[in-house]
Amino acid sequence: MFVQLLGEHFVHTALWAGAIAAIVSGAIGIFVVTRGMSFAVHAISELGFTGATGALVLGVSPVLGVLGGSLLVGLVLGLLSLRGRERDSAIGAVLAFGLGLGVLFLSLYRAYATEAISLLFGNIFGVSDAQLRNLAIVGGIVLVGLGVLYRPLFFSSVDPEIAAARGVPLRALSVAIFLLLALTTAEAIQVVGVLLVLALVITPAAAAQRLTGRPTLALLLSIAIALVSTEGGILLSLAKPWPTSFFITTISFAFYVAARLLDWSRGRQSRLISSPPRRMWALR
Amino acid sequence: MATPTGPRDRGRGLEVSVVRVDDLALRFGERTLFEELSFELERGELLAVLGPNGTGKTSLIRILLGQLAPSAGRVVVEGCPPRERCHRIGYVPQQRVFDRDVVLRGRDLVQLGLDGHRWGFGRLSSDGHARVDASLAEVGAEAYADSPIGRLSGGEQQRLRVAQALVADPVLILADEPLLSLDLAHQRGVIDLLDARRESAGTPVVFVTHDVNPVLHTVDRVLYLAPGSWAIGTPDEVLTSETLSSLYGTEVDVLNVRGRVVVVGTPDDQHVHHVENGH
Repeated sequence: MFVQLLGEHFVHTALWAGAIAAIVSGAIGIFVVTRGMSFAVHAISELGFTGATGALVLGVSPVLGVLGGSLLVGLVLGLLSLRGRERDSAIGAVLAFGLGLGVLFLSLYRAYATEAISLLFGNIFGVSDAQLRNLAIVGGIVLVGLGVLYRPLFFSSVDPEIAAARGVPLRALSVAIFLLLALTTAEAIQVVGVLLVLALVITPAAAAQRLTGRPTLALLLSIAIALVSTEGGILLSLAKPWPTSFFITTISFAFYVAARLLDWSRGRQSRLISSPPRRMWALR
Repeated sequence: MATPTGPRDRGRGLEVSVVRVDDLALRFGERTLFEELSFELERGELLAVLGPNGTGKTSLIRILLGQLAPSAGRVVVEGCPPRERCHRIGYVPQQRVFDRDVVLRGRDLVQLGLDGHRWGFGRLSSDGHARVDASLAEVGAEAYADSPIGRLSGGEQQRLRVAQALVADPVLILADEPLLSLDLAHQRGVIDLLDARRESAGTPVVFVTHDVNPVLHTVDRVLYLAPGSWAIGTPDEVLTSETLSSLYGTEVDVLNVRGRVVVVGTPDDQHVHHVENGH
C-alpha cells in the first residue's frame, strides 16, 4: 500500500511542493529568528487566512487571497519597522482585527467549509500541477531575494546599530524581509496550513541556532531540518493516515528539543571540564 | 590644575586636518543643543567629548557618521561630507550585549565590518580573511574568535567591536561611550587598543565619554558640551573651574584628587557621576 502510493502522481507533487516550501521557509527562518520576528510570522499567516476567506467570498482563488493578505500585512509591518515591545503590541492589534475580518468572511462564505479547514491545517495532497509551478516560481523569487540581500540583511539583523552607521538601509531591508516573509508564508500555508506555518519557518531555524554559531552552517542546518521534517511528515502520513501537518510539526519539534538538549549538555560539559566555560565553544 | 600627563604636541598644523567641523548647529524644535561649533581634528589626535546628558554628544557622533543632518553648518571628513560615505569611518558603540543565541561568531562580527554592507552572498577573498585575522590579532581576540558571540563576556564583545571598527582601515574612529558597563581592566584594554591604532596608523579618534578619567592620560583635546555652550582645548585648558563655571554660568569646581579630575557643583545633578565613577 505504502509502496504503491509512492508511485502516485499526487504523492510526487506533494513531495515536491513540500520540498520547495521547506527550503524557502528554512532559509528565511534564520533571519526571522535572529530578528525576533516569530510573532510577525504568526500574524502574517493568520492574515493570509483572512485574505483567503475574503477571496473565497469574492469567488477568487484562495491562494491569491493568501498571497494578497500576507503581502499587505508584511508591507505594513515592514514599513512600521518597529522594534521590541512596540512591534509586539502593534502586531497583536493588527492580528486581532484581521482575524475578526476572517471570521466575518467565513460566515459570509456559505459553500464548503472544507476549503477553510484545509487552509487552516494544510492539505499538501491537494496541490495541483499548476499550484506546484506557482510554488516553484514564488520560492525562486524568495531565494533569489535572500541571496541578493544576504549580507546587508544579516548585518542589519544581528548588529543594526553598526549596520546603520555603515550606510546599510535598515528600513528598506525591513520592508524587504517582511515581503519575502509574506511570500514564504503563502507558500508554507499550502503545505502545513495557517496555524502551523511556524513549524516550518521558526522551529527549524530555532533548532539550528542552538546547534552552531556559524551563520552559513546555521542556514544550511535550518533548511535541512525543514526538509527532513516536511518530507518525513509526508511519507509517514502515507504509512499511517493521520494528518500530514501533525507529522511535520512533530518531527520539527523533535529536532528542536534534541538541539536544546544537545546545547544544554554541551554547556554542562564545558562547565564541568574547564573554566572559563565558553572556551569549549571554540571547538564548534 | 595639573593632569597626570601633559597634553601631547603632535606637530599640529603641519598636517592637513582629517575632520573639519564648521559652524555646526543642532536644534530639535525650540531646543538648541549646540551652535557655532567649529573644530578640526588632525591625524593621530584623540578628542574626548564630555558633558552632561542631553547636550548632543551622541548627536554629534551621528552627524559625523552622516546619520543625522545638522541644522546648520557643515562637516567634512577628508574633504568629503560623511553623508556621501566616501570614506570608511570606524564606529565603536556603547556596549550592548548580544543575544545569547545569536548565530554569530566574533570572526563573523569583524567580517561584517569589512563587507557587511555589500550585496549578495559573497565569499571573503583570501586578502579579506587575512585582514579579519589581523584585526582579531590586533585586539588579542584570537582565542575566542570562533565562539558564539552571545556567550562571551562584555569585555570580550567590546574588544571584538573594536576589531570590527578597525578591520576596514578607517580614516576616523568614532567611539560613543565604549567603556560603559566594562570593568576597569577591560576599559583599559579598549582605550589601549584605540590609542595603539592612532599611534600606528595616525587614525584620529573621537571619544564620547561621561567620565574623562579613564582616557585622561591619552587625550589630546577635550570638547566640553554644556547646555547651550561648549569649549574645546587641551584638558588643562578646558577642565578648569574657570572654564566650566563660565560654560555653566554658575560656580563649578574642578578638583584634582589623586590624579583624577572631579567636577563638583554642575547644575545637573547626574553630573556628579565623575565622583561616583571615581574608583
